[in-house]
Parts: sequence; C-alpha cells; structure tokens
Amino acid sequence: MSLFEIENLVVEFQTAAGPFRAVDGVSMKVNAGEVLAIVGESGSGKSVSMLAAMGLLPWTAKVTADKLQFNGIDLLGLSPSDRRKIVGKDIAMIFQEPVASLNPCFTVGYQIEEVLRIHLGLDRAARRARAIELFDLVGIPNPAERLSHFPHQMSGGQCQRVMIAIALSCNPKLLIADEPTTALDVTIQKQILDLLMRLQAEHGMGLIIITHNMGVVAETADRVIVQYKGRKIEEADVLSLFEAPKSEYTRALLSALPDNATGDRLPTIAEFLSDDQIFAGAVR
Amino acid sequence: MTHVLEARNLVRDYHIPGSLLKKAKTVHAVKGVSFSVDQGKTLAIVGESGCGKSTLARIVTMIDPATSGDMLIDGVKVDIARERLTPEMRQKVQIVFQNPYGTLNPRKKIGEILTEPLIINTNMKADDRRDKAMAMLKKVGLEEKHYGRYPHMFSGGQRQRVAIARALMLNPRLLVLDEPVSALDLSVQAQVLNLLADLQDEFQLTYVFISHDLSVVRYIADDVMVMYYGEAVEYGSREEVFSDPKHSYTKTLFAATPRADVESIKARLARKNAA
Repeated sequence: MSLFEIENLVVEFQTAAGPFRAVDGVSMKVNAGEVLAIVGESGSGKSVSMLAAMGLLPWTAKVTADKLQFNGIDLLGLSPSDRRKIVGKDIAMIFQEPVASLNPCFTVGYQIEEVLRIHLGLDRAARRARAIELFDLVGIPNPAERLSHFPHQMSGGQCQRVMIAIALSCNPKLLIADEPTTALDVTIQKQILDLLMRLQAEHGMGLIIITHNMGVVAETADRVIVQYKGRKIEEADVLSLFEAPKSEYTRALLSALPDNATGDRLPTIAEFLSDDQIFAGAVR
Repeated sequence: MTHVLEARNLVRDYHIPGSLLKKAKTVHAVKGVSFSVDQGKTLAIVGESGCGKSTLARIVTMIDPATSGDMLIDGVKVDIARERLTPEMRQKVQIVFQNPYGTLNPRKKIGEILTEPLIINTNMKADDRRDKAMAMLKKVGLEEKHYGRYPHMFSGGQRQRVAIARALMLNPRLLVLDEPVSALDLSVQAQVLNLLADLQDEFQLTYVFISHDLSVVRYIADDVMVMYYGEAVEYGSREEVFSDPKHSYTKTLFAATPRADVESIKARLARKNAA
C-alpha cells in the first residue's frame, strides 16, 4: 500500500465566468521513503492539488476525487477537526515564501513550540528542548538564542530552515515542499536541498517537491510528474524523463533550458506546440 | 573607441544613523568596482542577494550617486551627486526591473506607461508619441490592440515585454537588466531571452545583465563579473570565467548550481544506491 494516494483529483473554483478547473483528473502515488517531484509552469495546478490534499483551500474551491488516501485513511471523509489532527503532524508542508509564511508578530520559538504543544502535548521544558534540538538539526547556529528572535531578524535562508524545522517537528510521514528554494540564492538553495535530502533519507519520509526548476528535479527526485494546465502530461522515473522524455511538452520544456541551448536562439514552447498537441500524449 | 560604459573604482557606502542605544554604522555596499562594456556587448553581473549588484545597477542607471569613483557613459563623466542629470544623459541609460508585477503602474494603461518617458524627457507631439509607442509594442512582440489595456490584463511574460518596451522608448545606448527573467517560467524565460537577443542585434544595444542564474548568464553574456560582499572577485570573458574560475567563491557558486544533465543524475542515483 502506498503512503499517499490520489486518484482522479478535480479542483474547481467558482468564478464570474463560470467554474474554472484548476486541477483536472490528476492521480499520483507516493511510497514511504520516496521522492516525487511535480514540475510545471505557473498555472499548471501543481500547488493547488497539494493544497487540496492538505485541505487548505478556501471554501470557494470544489474538491472531488475518487480516492484521496493517506496511510489508509480517507482524507475526504474526515471531519475538519479530525483532519487537522493529521495535517501538520503526519503530513507537513513547506511553503514557497519563507518570510511570508511565518507570523511576524511572534518569535520563531513560539511558532515552533505551538506545533509541539498542539500536536504532541509536550510540557514547557520538553517543548523548549525539542525546539532547540530541531533548530540544531536544520543547521541554525546558536539555536537556544535564536528561539527568541522574530522572523524579520533572520535571513530568507534561515527562515526557510525554521519552516523546515516546524514541518519536521512531529516527525511527519509525508513532507510536501512547495517551491522550497525558489526565493533563495543558489548557494543557499544547495544547502536547503542537501538538508531536505539528508532528513528524508534519515527519517524515511515520503517527500513531494513541487518546483518549476528542472535543475532541482534532476538533483532530488526519484520519480517525476509533469503537469500542464491542471493535467498530468507525463510520469516517469527521473532518469528516463531526462534521457528520453515521452511527451512533446517535456521535450520542449527540457530544450528551453539555457543549458541545452544549441544555437543562438532558445526554442520556446509556444513556437512549436499547441495545447492540443500537448494534451494528445497526456496520461491519467 | 570609447566604451559605452566605464566604471573606475566605484564605491557606495550607506550610513545608518545611530540612536541612543545603537551606534551609527556604515555599510559598504560596493567596495571599489571597475569594469567597462563596449557597444553591442553584454556584461553579466552575478552574485547572491546582498552582494551589491543591485546597488551597482542603481548607480549605473543614475538613480543613486556613487560615494566615490568615476563613471563614464560614452566617455562623458557623470556625477549626479554634484550636477543635475540632463535629459540627454537620462536617455542614454534605461533599466528593466525584476518583478514585472510590481514595476508597472496598475492604474495606467499600457499606452500611458510607454509614452510617459517621452513626455518627461522630450518635446515630441502627442501623435508622434503614440506612433512611437505603437511601433515599439510590435517590436517587443505585442500588438497595437494592447495599447489601451491595463497591466493586470497581461501575463508575466507580456508584462516584462511592456517593461522592456518602456525602457527602449528613449532609444537608450545602455540597458540595465536587473534579474529580468528570474520571475518568469522556463518557456517564457526563453521567449524573453530571445527577444533581448533580437533587440540587441537590431539596435546595437549594450546590456548590463544582473542575474543569479548561471545557466542564463552562460547563454547571454560576453563578459562576466562575479561579486561577493561588494567586491568584484572575478571579472573576465565568459569563456575564461566558466572554464577556469579563479576565486573560491566562483567555484562554490558553480558547484551549487543544480545540473540537469543525464550524467549528473546517474551519478547522484549511484551515490544514493551505494549509501
């Protein structure tokens, strides 16, 4: 049995111009200890499908799925309060903007201890000890001192480490990282990715990395899903995706990398692919 | 031949005033940087956030003055700390910023955005301004019907095209591009990079291209300057810098850049299976 399983997930938003389908029949599976990368451009529904799985979408979104299972539990059938016991504890998420996703009004120590109090019910001393341990784990220098700092006193890379520490605080079985390094410099990106990969291997977590950066995919993933306009275009293990992409869209995406530029001009997707051509090879 | 842009020992300090409990502090954002760019060439400036590359961009665009050092544009010395900037000088250098969502006024139509630099810096008639803006829209791959639309009706890539069009309205000699493609998707990034290359050929433009993405820099640059804590630690032609980086920071930067080729993936999977 897979750790996390989605079948035929559809997410619709009600807009003035009628319903808009952000995710259109996406299915995926993640096993424990596996790294899955979801790649796509903005608007491809990669973040929305994960937010739907977490139950974090606003009420205007209509979420349906044939199956939305975590560890054998049907997430759609749960009451909101039961679902909150799983989300944040067994499924944790890291968001794109580290500085924006921490509360500026509270110290980072308060924010990490809040999770430990609610999900694990630890007492004050145990919370503090665990928070220091977690900060140490993600490589924040002077962890005890740092607990009393506010997010604005830390750099973007440090804030992202705090986010990772919060996400890892309850030893989740599944970690969803939504563009974890997009806002960061390449040297910091390398540190954060190395850290995520090390922690994933040590804890045997399932890890889903959402990204639009092909380099990040190449450096981290075991398996890759390519999405475009809410639909799954291709699913393959990382090596075959880069070596022999099956769909035209993936091929176009890879050839648009400046690394792979052969002539003076970069090939662009719009120049040789229409939507119909892209969806022709789509998988379910 | 004179260089389009020449900088000698540019320094920029920011003074942070002290208070009762804090001592006054001086931040050295740029510590003596020298470089030159010739017509039709691209100089890429690479470095991480806080290394002074955007400060340098503001100095080159004549938004901020340098604390010391000389800057020559077309062989003419510019010092905006001492004298007012003439419209002729203003026309020579233009800038395109990183975030196309934040740099276009949401209350103005595209036409107004494009003609505003002409109103401020030239005596052109309204009809001529309009014609010029229409022509420029086509140059950057947009259409005349976009003239009366508002920025929110455009995608990120189209907005960046508008920002480039606005920068080109005054026929500048030098274009400063501050991370122009880092907010864009891969395929859109390719389109904008192609557009920049075409425009450079057509108008013999000189680019100062600021980026932290080495794969983009390798694609577009003629010369590369690597900055680290306000200093230029490496400066040379693209081939020199990429094939034989001298400074340890440049090497770190290259090592940290994710590789998307099949060999590196194979190597990584082999490491993983061995562990």
